[in-house]
Amino acid sequence: MSDNNQKVYWRGYEELTNDLDFVKNSESEFNLPSDQEKSSGPDRRDFLKAMGFGVAAVSLAACEAPVKHAIPLLNKPEEYDPGIANFYASSFYDGGDYCSILVKTREGRPIKIEGNKLSSISAGGTSVKTQASVLGLYDNNRFKNPKKGNSNIEWSALDAEVKQGLDAAKAAGQAIYLVSGTNISPSSNAAIAAFSSAYGNVKHVQYDAYSAHGLLEASKEVSGTRAIPSYDFSKAKVVVSFGADFLGSWLSSTEYSRQFSKTRKVGPSKKEMSRLFVFESLFSITGANADYRTNIRPSEKGLVVAALYNEVVAKLGGSPIGTPAPKTSRYIKEAAQQLVDNKGAGLIVDGSNDKNVQKLVLQLNQLLGNFGNTISFASPSYVKKGNDAEFNQFVDALTAGQVGAVLFLDGNPVYDHPRGAEIKTSIGKAGLSVSFAYAPDETAAACKLLAPNHYFLEAWGDAEPKKNHYSLVQPTISPIYKTRQAEESLLLWAGINTTYYDFVKGFWKTNLYPKQKYGYGSFKDFWNYSLHDGVFEVNGSNPRVQTDASSATDSTGRVIAVAPVPTVILPEPSLNFDMAGVEAGISADYKASGAGFELVIYEKVGLGSGAQANNPWLQEFPDPVTRACWENYLVIPSALAKELGLTVTDGKTAKVNLKVGNKTIALPALVQPGQNVGTVGLAIGYGRSETGKTGKDIGVNAYPLLKLVNSTVSYAIEGVKVEKNDEVHLVAHVQTHHTVMGRPAIQETTLDKYLKDPVSGRYFPKISTPNGEEPAANFSLWFDNEIERVPNEMAMGPNKRPNHQWSMVVDLNTCFGCGACVLACQVENNVPVVGKQEVLNRREMHWIRIDRYYSSDMSKEKAKKDGVGLLDMYAASEIPSEDPEVVFQPLMCQHCNNAPCETVCPVLATTHSTEGLNQMTYNRCIGTRYCANNCPYKVRRFNWFSYPENKDFDFNVNNNLGKMVLNPDVTVRARGVMEKCSMCIQRVQEGKLYAKKEGRRPIDGEINTACAQACPTDAITFGDMADKEGKLYQLLAEHKDGRAYTLLEEINTKPSVVYLSKIRNKA
Amino acid sequence: MNQRLVSQIKSFFFSFVLLTGAISSHTTLADSTSTANVAAAAPAAVASGGGGDAAAGEAVFKANCKQCHAIGDVVVGPALKDAHKRWPSKAAMANFIKYPQKVIDGGNAYAKGLYDKYKQYMPNHDFLSAGDIDNVIAYIVKESENPTPVAAAAPAGGTAATETGSEADSDSGLLAPVVGILLITLAVVIILLLVVINLMSRIIEQRKDELSETDLDQIEGKVNWSVFFGHPLFKGVVAFIFVVVVGKAVFDKAYSVGIQQGYSPDQPIAFSHKLHAGMYEIDCNYCHTGVNKGKSATIPAANICLNCHNVIKTESPEIKKIWKAVQKNTPIKWVRVHNLPDLAYFNHAQHVKVGGIECEKCHGPVKEMEVIQQYSPLTMGWCINCHRETVVKAEGNAYYDKMVDLHQTKYGKSTMKVEDIGGLECSKCHY
Repeated sequence: MSDNNQKVYWRGYEELTNDLDFVKNSESEFNLPSDQEKSSGPDRRDFLKAMGFGVAAVSLAACEAPVKHAIPLLNKPEEYDPGIANFYASSFYDGGDYCSILVKTREGRPIKIEGNKLSSISAGGTSVKTQASVLGLYDNNRFKNPKKGNSNIEWSALDAEVKQGLDAAKAAGQAIYLVSGTNISPSSNAAIAAFSSAYGNVKHVQYDAYSAHGLLEASKEVSGTRAIPSYDFSKAKVVVSFGADFLGSWLSSTEYSRQFSKTRKVGPSKKEMSRLFVFESLFSITGANADYRTNIRPSEKGLVVAALYNEVVAKLGGSPIGTPAPKTSRYIKEAAQQLVDNKGAGLIVDGSNDKNVQKLVLQLNQLLGNFGNTISFASPSYVKKGNDAEFNQFVDALTAGQVGAVLFLDGNPVYDHPRGAEIKTSIGKAGLSVSFAYAPDETAAACKLLAPNHYFLEAWGDAEPKKNHYSLVQPTISPIYKTRQAEESLLLWAGINTTYYDFVKGFWKTNLYPKQKYGYGSFKDFWNYSLHDGVFEVNGSNPRVQTDASSATDSTGRVIAVAPVPTVILPEPSLNFDMAGVEAGISADYKASGAGFELVIYEKVGLGSGAQANNPWLQEFPDPVTRACWENYLVIPSALAKELGLTVTDGKTAKVNLKVGNKTIALPALVQPGQNVGTVGLAIGYGRSETGKTGKDIGVNAYPLLKLVNSTVSYAIEGVKVEKNDEVHLVAHVQTHHTVMGRPAIQETTLDKYLKDPVSGRYFPKISTPNGEEPAANFSLWFDNEIERVPNEMAMGPNKRPNHQWSMVVDLNTCFGCGACVLACQVENNVPVVGKQEVLNRREMHWIRIDRYYSSDMSKEKAKKDGVGLLDMYAASEIPSEDPEVVFQPLMCQHCNNAPCETVCPVLATTHSTEGLNQMTYNRCIGTRYCANNCPYKVRRFNWFSYPENKDFDFNVNNNLGKMVLNPDVTVRARGVMEKCSMCIQRVQEGKLYAKKEGRRPIDGEINTACAQACPTDAITFGDMADKEGKLYQLLAEHKDGRAYTLLEEINTKPSVVYLSKIRNKA
Repeated sequence: MNQRLVSQIKSFFFSFVLLTGAISSHTTLADSTSTANVAAAAPAAVASGGGGDAAAGEAVFKANCKQCHAIGDVVVGPALKDAHKRWPSKAAMANFIKYPQKVIDGGNAYAKGLYDKYKQYMPNHDFLSAGDIDNVIAYIVKESENPTPVAAAAPAGGTAATETGSEADSDSGLLAPVVGILLITLAVVIILLLVVINLMSRIIEQRKDELSETDLDQIEGKVNWSVFFGHPLFKGVVAFIFVVVVGKAVFDKAYSVGIQQGYSPDQPIAFSHKLHAGMYEIDCNYCHTGVNKGKSATIPAANICLNCHNVIKTESPEIKKIWKAVQKNTPIKWVRVHNLPDLAYFNHAQHVKVGGIECEKCHGPVKEMEVIQQYSPLTMGWCINCHRETVVKAEGNAYYDKMVDLHQTKYGKSTMKVEDIGGLECSKCHY
């Protein structure tokens, strides 16, 4: 129309100016949302297009199969065969956590880490961090080249520049600092010594992200050596822990878990059990496993220790210390009585970083005669060596510009030290700064030069986690990138041109070979066998000399059972307990009248200090106690939540503002039952700013909140404020209910009751019939054919699955909840990482989970007594008690012999095998999800997406390097199929094949699932119920009329997984 | 009309003649093979003695010597014809077989000469017993004096040729006369028929006028085709056949999607299984070293090729490709022939080592394949079918003792098939 009247109208200013958005949208009739806004998915046209394209693509794809290549090696080493795994012994160490390991390699790629049974320290156990560490090798963000600033340079250029810088520092008479985390490698320390002697003024400073400085200093004053005493929890009948999370994150926790678990196994043949007292502020997994737990304020901790000391002194004689009495005194008297009653078989440990308290604890152990029994300085532990005071001096020197050169061997102090910000700004003041980081971190970003180190799976090395206990680190793959062993760089700069392999070998030849009593005739034998075994223990015994059946090896030469190493009792060094200053120190630092809130900074079992923050497995690993993942949060007591008006429903929470000194940070809050009312807690390891995409800016960094007291890092900060912040936040929880609500999934009793009646605490479901009540197991929907299916009966009665009946026993008493099994399963079975949003959508994929249940104050009896209605009772049951008891329950597919999932699958994708396994056939599954719907245990997982090669799930399987970690024997599941625990069918099949090839039956223990293999406490036993000599059958036979029960017996699914009831050692 | 008939009969005759010729030539072929067989068998029976058992020696020779030696030809090492005559005593020769390097380094002139010529040490054979060595020498003596024609000239496909030969032998004795008689009878019948037709046509020709219009139409071959083709029954039949044929074709095609039976891609190096496995009878295991150990039989590494080819045929352009790969450190990209989908797990060791299945059972006549090809369909139906039919090789394997016992005592079955012990279960192959 506008043509007629010759007038031009614009529909708006946008048309006049030819605005880009206007032009784009001018053709569309409806004001449809833009592409970014259109998140609701494809429309009809897209669907049709996609369908059309899909059909075309399928028909095209069908025409010709892609050409695949098979590329053999040019020169095949003799021991290498495609399709057959090789195992190499090595060692893992990260922040106190030491494990001797076997690295499983396939086609030259490390794909899994398993425990090495030959080590007397980790003894086949592994931790979450150890299991996850294999992925660090395939981190796509790793440094690929030496760097100067942001540009890649050649090694020769780097060497020249470093040498020049070092020479300049030497000439100027300035100090050269070599900063590292705890260095437990004797060869590495020798290399550092060689470097030091070449340059003169070199200071090697060690520090720990989570410091044990207080304990080390106390030990130094008592024993003369600055080393951690070695603990033996297996000999302790009474353990008292003051905030030392020895089952989770404290020092060598894998070792301690293993030792402690030995005292927690109870049955007809072993009627003794240790008793654990825990005094702590937050809720750790050690606290969760305590028989008696008391929550205390951090500011009264010293007084609580002193109170226990005084109680013991009152009973045994001695001089009490004059500190004020603490406000909380619950269980102190009981603990003192127990310790005195079990003199020489008790153990007191403390997790604080306060020298005075640690000295008092050592003195207490001495007073009770525990030295030489449960605690010893004869062969002290070296898992932490960091010196806060020396490190502080280094930072002072650096900020003052007195440092000529600084080299960061490992550790990341810019991130994980309270003075990190100062270090970051002052690094530039040093003439030369070099980082040896293998992957991006905050310290490397601040350094001028980068000399990337090998990942430990590519490197040679050794370790001495405990005096006279050595182990080796050997490469399991050639270096992937242009990296170089840090020690080799140091030696080269010191003018020693050698490979580090030769250096380590030389070190062992001169220093360790003379110590050996194994009877090896030559160094070559000593070296080769030590390398094969992974460990060399000076006072240990030669595994080859044992001839009994218990040191059996399987066909790959893996040792599958080891005879106990005879204990050599070493004389205790003379100890000097000078308690001067302890009383004054404790009186000054602690008070009984704490008020307001105190912040405790703690370490998580999974992520630890944050060194592995870019590991998606660890990020998605749910914290054993809070069951949350993908970030850190402020754990607050429920009283504070009430005060702030916070409600947490289904992970939905409000953020809070945490004020520490002049710093304020906003972070989500999570209510933690059982936590001290005056305490809030925050985990370290999050809030990394320089790392790969996965770990970057996840959560908040807690290190800057730490404070230094007398140049010692303190992990408890008084006078913090918590205020409400109205921002809504979602925390990814994998378990949304807290208590077991009276259902019999958990069956528990106390030791006294158990000893009187083996079936105490057990639940026997009954069904009312006209003839009275009968056991629920007598009624079945299923036709009981020739296969007798009841595990309880099967273990005892005639077994009708004659070949194999694979089963599992889970001892709830020795499962401490650490989660090593969860990670091991994830690595073994190619379980994808789904990310925070999908966890929020309840679509996490872990095949095994560890349910954590709190006890509730409400019970059926109480409801009856108080006249509470049924609905109200269940509602109240969901509220955990203020002082809850905790149970951890690993839950994987129960492999029911009457499996509800199998009967509802319309395509028979899930069926039962003649070996008792519930088989899941991915290629047959059409994704109806009926099975998951019908599973009473909720262990089936559905692939809502295709996780590999999907940019929305940009984790390790979205890049070619990260995919290297996949287990080639396990299918990577496609979108739209169901998956679940297979009881490691690939291992079962492999083990059977080994046996068949050698024409024999499988040896008991030869076939093991990943979860059972990883467990440091042997809480999971896997085996063949048809093997009557086997450990599994024996275990079930022992507990059949006692602790053994199957989950939800009343629905008669007859699972193959049998649980042993939880027993608490309390009155 | 009669012309047409005659021409049909002529063409029939032609094919008949062709057929007869073919059969007679087949018979002669079979005859010649059988004579060759007889010739081969004769000397084997004669020659033995001379201190060792030549027949046993042949087995030892094949297992240990054949990779590098032949009687008449230089392979990796010298030809062994009359080798025993080149040594002063049998003991000296035996000693050399056991410890070649020792003898060469010890200064034996003849041994040193061999070393200078062939530039490499033969590995020690001290694992052979004195008896074995005696037998091998006896075999060499026998072969030198009286070479086995078939074995020497073409050991290739020996067994296969013999089998077809003997089959044809037994049949052709009976088949040829029967077919001959039948053919003669047929010829007589046809001649008679031709005569009859000729007579009839003449009669019709003469009495044409007496015939009606329709009769004439019939004789002239005039048919109302439009009625025939337009008939609903005809349409129905055609439509039905069309649907069935097309349906079958589509179904077959769809069913064969992803099946690569017969797939024989060009390989980067023209390796001949016919030559290596067939002619030289090199054991499959020698190159495919993983077959008894793990899931993959493995494609040999270049160093296995060069075990022999650092001496043999080094000038061949194909062998030079291997050298080039080694020198340039670039692995050879063979094209994978047997591809299973990722969802299926297959293990060679289970089938070959434990199950005792011959390679040829799945891989077909590899010894006759110039270029390797996929012989079996490798479909799930094919796998399952074999699991249904195959008896578990349980004797001598303690793993199966329990189950064999159960099968016999409880179910009274003398054989235990793979399917009887869970061989059809999903998670045997899918996990």
